[in-house]
Parts: sequence; structure tokens; C-alpha cells
Amino acid sequence: MKFDIIARVSVKMFLPFILLFGLYIQFHGDYGPGGGFQAGVIIASAIIIYALVFGLFPVHQIVPLRYLRLMMSAGVLIYLSTGILTMILGGNYLEYSVLAHDQIHGQEWGIFFVETGVLITVTGTMTGIFYAFVGRGR
Amino acid sequence: MIVSHLPVLQVVVPLLAALIVAVVRSGTVSWMVTFLVSSAMPFIAFALLFQLLSSGPFTYEIGGWVAPFGIEYRVDFFTCFMLIIVSFICVVAVPYARLSIASEVSPGNQPFFYSLYLLFITGLFGIIMTGDAFNAFVFMEISSLSSYGMIAMGRDRNALVAAYQYLIIGTIGASFYVIAVGLLYIMTGTLNLVDISERLRDVESMRPVLAAFVFLFVGLGVKFALFPLHLWLPNAYAYAPCFSAAILSGTATKVSGYLLVIFIFRVFGVSFEYVTAPVISVFFFLAVLGIIIASVAAVFQDNVKRVLAYSSVAQVGYMMLGIYLANLSGLTGAIVHFFNHALIKSALFLAVGSVFYRLGDVHLRNLSGIGKQMPLTMAAFVLASVSLIGLPGTAGFVSKWYLAQGALERGMWPLVILLVFSSVIAVIYMGRILEVAYFGEPSSSSVNVREAPASMLVPLWVLALSSIYFGFDTRFSVGMASKVAETLLMGSG
Amino acid sequence: MYFPDWFIVHYSYMITIFLMVSSLYIIVMRSNMIKKLVGLNLFQTTIYLLYLSPSKITGGTVPIIMYDKPGAIYSNPLPQVLILTAIVVGVATLSVGLALVVRINEEFGTIEEDELFDGNV
Repeated sequence: MKFDIIARVSVKMFLPFILLFGLYIQFHGDYGPGGGFQAGVIIASAIIIYALVFGLFPVHQIVPLRYLRLMMSAGVLIYLSTGILTMILGGNYLEYSVLAHDQIHGQEWGIFFVETGVLITVTGTMTGIFYAFVGRGR
Repeated sequence: MIVSHLPVLQVVVPLLAALIVAVVRSGTVSWMVTFLVSSAMPFIAFALLFQLLSSGPFTYEIGGWVAPFGIEYRVDFFTCFMLIIVSFICVVAVPYARLSIASEVSPGNQPFFYSLYLLFITGLFGIIMTGDAFNAFVFMEISSLSSYGMIAMGRDRNALVAAYQYLIIGTIGASFYVIAVGLLYIMTGTLNLVDISERLRDVESMRPVLAAFVFLFVGLGVKFALFPLHLWLPNAYAYAPCFSAAILSGTATKVSGYLLVIFIFRVFGVSFEYVTAPVISVFFFLAVLGIIIASVAAVFQDNVKRVLAYSSVAQVGYMMLGIYLANLSGLTGAIVHFFNHALIKSALFLAVGSVFYRLGDVHLRNLSGIGKQMPLTMAAFVLASVSLIGLPGTAGFVSKWYLAQGALERGMWPLVILLVFSSVIAVIYMGRILEVAYFGEPSSSSVNVREAPASMLVPLWVLALSSIYFGFDTRFSVGMASKVAETLLMGSG
Repeated sequence: MYFPDWFIVHYSYMITIFLMVSSLYIIVMRSNMIKKLVGLNLFQTTIYLLYLSPSKITGGTVPIIMYDKPGAIYSNPLPQVLILTAIVVGVATLSVGLALVVRINEEFGTIEEDELFDGNV
């Protein structure tokens, strides 16, 4: 694959659009179909397709394994701290309504935080699974 | 203020700790975080119990959504009883883990092991707490997936195969549970357990309900290690790190049993006797067979951990007897056996783990004379095995007594003979180990072995002594269990 | 209802059951560990079908409230949410299983169960 000029050029061309589409899916998740899981997988697929064409080494420099470990934990941590924040603000666990001045905005904020957490964890986990299998035996 | 959030904290705190431990690099630091968090767990469990005693059963709505729409955590006596069992085993066993895990798991993997362990107890607490059928599945998979990891980290390479087999069988079991929940959802349109049980009355004569119950029973039976579905268990316990085996045998099967009891008595209930009774009787006969076959199989095992694993299968059969009897004494016996067996089996596995720590092997032929080399460890082993056999004055006797009473109330006296018979076999298989340990001459491999370190002896002795103590003082164990059995039978009748 | 009609009306269940049984057959009969995991994943996928096919209402749209179309029929969103969770669980199970197979291959040099249990590795 390393010398396949079509694959290399087209992946470079598509990469920003894949990432943009991932972000679109992420932020559109409040209103329509979409959300953190799907967006996370799409963004991870961008990283994976880059690794498939250009090899593992350049990807490891952009997204090292230790970052992934932090990402996996950080995403769930964002989710948990949203829950803990709502408890501090006087609601139940994950009761988003208390996050803003009125209920609807509160729900919006809550979903935004949790979906961000999901995005980070899913991206980290998917890329991590790919690294673990591909980097084996080298 | 924090008091009102206790039900969710029981689940959230270990999850938070698991994340922290996952990014830590040092095994000792991760053990310390694990220890701190695990020692907070019984406090939360007992605080919930006191809250329950003062105010009666209560619920916690996740996200502030009212019950049938959102997920609710329910706290009642059964919940509290199971929480106390799991958190007690966890807090006692964690001090033991540091040296045992350090000797069996490579240093780089230790933080991951503790992270898996914390995720595992998160899953168990979640299953116990939740009042939502699908949420229970998610927590079940959290605990199962982490237990596959905990088993695969064993030093023996066969641990990988054991974990793989457990993964295949366990996932099929969990999938069967999801199929059951799906059928129930199709029939009732709700996932809340209380709601399901109310709406089931309108559709009770429909066939999908029966199919759902069969799927449910088989699926949870796999996790509960009911007799014909137990095949994953002996290998998993034999090759897992000793600490994992102790925790799994003490808690994982009990929590699956808890979910099974909840579904049988609270969701389906007595009004579904003609749905549930045939399925339960099939599994009852298999359980009877299982008690005999697993006990006999335990006699012929070479590896001490496998002996204990097969005896676990037999003990799960006792719990199934209590569920089948479905009267106050029988069900009390089954539920109190959740508690007693957790204490006894964890103590036995910890004792075996101490021997493994010093000797590096627990095959029977290498154990000769170990009683003289490790007197304190083996004395605790003797106490726990006496309790497992069920001599009067031990915790094992209490549960067998209630089971026998329940059997007599139903006029099923052959069951009493079965209980006595299996106890006699227990004498044989435990006696075989003790004979080798005490009357054999120390072999070349065991002659230089010293007593286990104090951090391993203390947890072991706490569990071994409590397995005797709860044979004399049954106010807590039997008191709680009979109250639970009463509410379960009343709620369904 | 006559048998062929009954069969056609419940065709989604028939497909689900067929796939479920054939995936269980794969799990039981294959000795290759990767193939077993493929069967396991197929088995989990049929459960998604079991949940999703009753949730689709004929003529129903996506369950997002449309204020300009009052009285629109929506499909039930809950099974989709549940299955999204179940898919994540399935992916996690599959990756744990594959990781175990990779480790088994490294330790034993084979992923055929009959070779493993013959004890000559």
C-alpha cells in the first residue's frame, strides 16, 4: 500500500472530510440521529484508514498509545463528572435539568457533555483495539 | 445531602476508581486506591441498610426520570443483604491481593488487573441495585467481561483457554438473558421489573412469556453455574489467579443467583406457577443430579482448586433446591447459603492461594506435609472445610438445616438424605486434602516452605472465623435471609 | 390462519430464528476459535434483529418530534437505544475474545480446539 499513489492521495483528500463528518454527526446528535458512539467510530476510522495506507509509525507519532489510554479514561471521567456535577447542583445523578437556568437548556448541556465523553472514549477505544491487534508481534 | 445519593454512589465510586487505576503505572499505588475504595463499600452498604430500617424500601431515580420511563435503583432487604455480602468479601480480600497478585501477574499488568477488579465489582453492585431488566444486562456484561480478563491473567497458559471458553459460554448465557428481556419487552412494553410483573398478568397465558422464562432461566443458569451449564467453572477457577478465583466464587455466582431469584419470585411470581414450575422442576432434578455428580467428581480431582470448583457446583445445587422448595424455610436456606457459601468458599480459595504463593503449585501430590510447614494457613483451611461439610455449629450447617427443614415441610424427605449424602462426600474430598496436608511427609518441594505473610493470613482468618461465627450467631444472616424470603413469598402470593 | 400465511406474516421472526440456530450451530460445531467468535457475533446480531423488527411500525418515521406534522406515526425509539448499547457490548465481547485468541495463538501456536485438547501442543 505504501507506494500506491491513488490510495495515498485520496486518503489525504478524504481525511478532513471524514473528520468533519464525524464532528457533524457528533453535534447533530442533539437534534437528529447521531451522537457520540457513531461519531467516535467515524473519527477512529479516519485514524485507522490513515494507518492502513501510511503505516503504523506516522500514526503512532500523531496519536501515541499513552494518549489513547488517557482518552479511554478521560471520556468516562467526563461522563461521571457530569453526573457528580448534577448531584452537587442538587439534582439526582445525571439529572441534566439542573445544569442550566431552565430545563430544556439543562438537558441540552447534559447531553452535550455526556456525548463529548462518549466521543472521546469511543475514539480512544476503537483506535486502541486497532493498535493492539495490528501492533502485535513487531 | 449525600445520604440521598448513596444508592448511586455504591456503583459510581468503584467505576471512578477503576478509571483512575487504569492510568496509574505502579502496582502498589493502584492497589492502594483499590483498597481505599473497597473499604468504603461496606460503609455505603450499611448506611443503606440503616436508611432502609428507618424508612422502608426506597428507590433512586437516575436522571430524575420517574420509574417506568427512567432507570431506578431499588433498595430493599434483598438488595442490602447482597450488597453486604459482596462488599464484605471485597474489603476482606483486597489486603490479600497485594502480594498474591504481585506474585502471579506481571508488574505492567497489575494496574489493569485492579482496574478490571474494580469494574467487576461495579458490575456486581449495578446488577444488585438496578430495577431495570436491560440495565441489569449491561452491568452483567461489565462484570463478565472484566472477569474474563481477571481469569486470563493467570500464570498458567491454560488460563487463556479457560477464559476463552468462559467467554463463549458466558456470552451465550447473557445473550439468552437479553432474548428473554426482549420477549418480555415485546409482551409488556416495559423494562422496569416492577412494571413487568404488573403488566405480565394481562398476558400470562401467552406462549412468548413461557419462552422468555426458559431463556431467562438457561441464560442466568449459565452464570449461576447450575449443573448442566457449569462446564466453564472448573477450568476458570483452576487456572485463574487465586485472588480472582476467591472473588469470583464468593460473589459472581451469587449475584447471578440473586437476579434469578428476583425474576422467579418478584417478576413472574406465584401467579405464574404453571409457567415457572415445570421449568424449575426440570432444573431441580438436574440440580439433584448435579449435587451428586459434582461432589463425586470433586473426589477424583488432582488439583485442589478444581476440587473446590466442583464443590462450588454442588453448593449451587443446594441453592437451587431452596429455590425449588419455595417455602419460607427452604428459600431462607437458599438465601442464607448465598452468604455462608460466599464466606466459606472465599476462605478456602484464599487458603489455597496462600499455599500457591509459597509453593507455586497446588496439585495434591505436592502438598504432602504442608500442614506442618504452614500451620496457620492450613488451620484456617480446616475451619473453612468443616464449615463447608456442615458440622453443627458452623455456617454451612445453618443453611443445610434450613434447607432440610424446608424439604421436610414439603414432605420431600429424600432430599434430606441427599443433603446428608453430599455432606459425607464433602468429608471425603476435603478429607483427602487434609490427609495429604497433615499426615504426609514433607516432600522435597514443600520442605523449605514457610508460613504465609501476615497480610495474607489476616484476611484468610477473618473469613474462616466468620464462617464459624455465623454458625453460632445467626441473628444477622438468618434474620436478614428470612425477612427477604418472607417478602419474596408474600410479594408473589 | 393457514400455515403459509402465518409463515409470511411472521417472516422476520423466521429469519431471526434461522440465523440464531445456525449461529449456535457454528459455535458448537466449529473447532477454529476465530470461527466460533464469528458465530458468537452472528448470534448477538440476531438478537438485534429480534429487538428491532417489532419496533418498526409500518409507515412510521424516525422518532423525532415534527411540529409541522401533528399526528405523525413514530417508530419506537427505545429498542434502537437498547440495541445501540448491545452493539457496544458486542464489540467489547468480540475484541476481548479476539485478544484471547491472539494470546492463545502466541502461547500454544494453534487456534484449533481439537488440537489444543489433544494435548500435543
